[in-house]
Amino acid sequence: MPVRVQTGDFDAGAEIAALRGADPRVGAVASFIGIVRDINDGDTVSSLFLEHYPGMTERELDRICAEARGRWDLLETLVIHRVGALRPTDQIVLVAVTSSHRGEAFAACEFIMDYLKTRAPFWKREDTPAGQRWVEARATDQDSAARWQASETEPPA
Amino acid sequence: MRLKILYLARLRDALGRGSEDLELPAPGDVSTLLETLRRRGGPWARELAGGRAVRVAVNQEMAGSAARLSDGDEVAFFPPVTGG
Repeated sequence: MPVRVQTGDFDAGAEIAALRGADPRVGAVASFIGIVRDINDGDTVSSLFLEHYPGMTERELDRICAEARGRWDLLETLVIHRVGALRPTDQIVLVAVTSSHRGEAFAACEFIMDYLKTRAPFWKREDTPAGQRWVEARATDQDSAARWQASETEPPA
Repeated sequence: MRLKILYLARLRDALGRGSEDLELPAPGDVSTLLETLRRRGGPWARELAGGRAVRVAVNQEMAGSAARLSDGDEVAFFPPVTGG
């Protein structure tokens, strides 16, 4: 159930291959990659800085993955989140999940991402033409995470 | 009671410091600590006001205002998270 917080980039293909290993029970891999956009809230973003709370961040990510494993029949989970200076088109985060069947893999991957967005202590600071600004939390992210509280294993439509 | 306090992300910028060691004269909880910090006035009163979205972790676990504090605790204040 690896969780990594790192400044360097990651190779999603190599990470997923390592996660699968040679396990013949794996019938499905679902993964998500988050990428830095060049526009946010209507402003051009030239670069951003990601801060975290060392120790607590890793523990929260571990807890989110453990909760996913409690809800679905998963084989492995992986979360890699970058911190430090990033630019548009850079990869920020990788979530990958293996299971025997696709339904569980899809759902668990989305769940981990929704909980990461609202619970894991990371903060983004953007550089825009108007100067530096800390990104404000979005209500829509709270709504996405809240869907999973109503249902154990499926977000309502 | 001696506490290690951390201010993270936007709160560090707004308060002008990232950490401090603070001596609280009597046992207390998170709300006692918040009240002590607000009495500094200026950005402290403004940023830590009741209506502001400030999250608190005690020893790296999310905590509410009623969480009891003990000597040596690490208390972190930060804004709602924006990772991913």
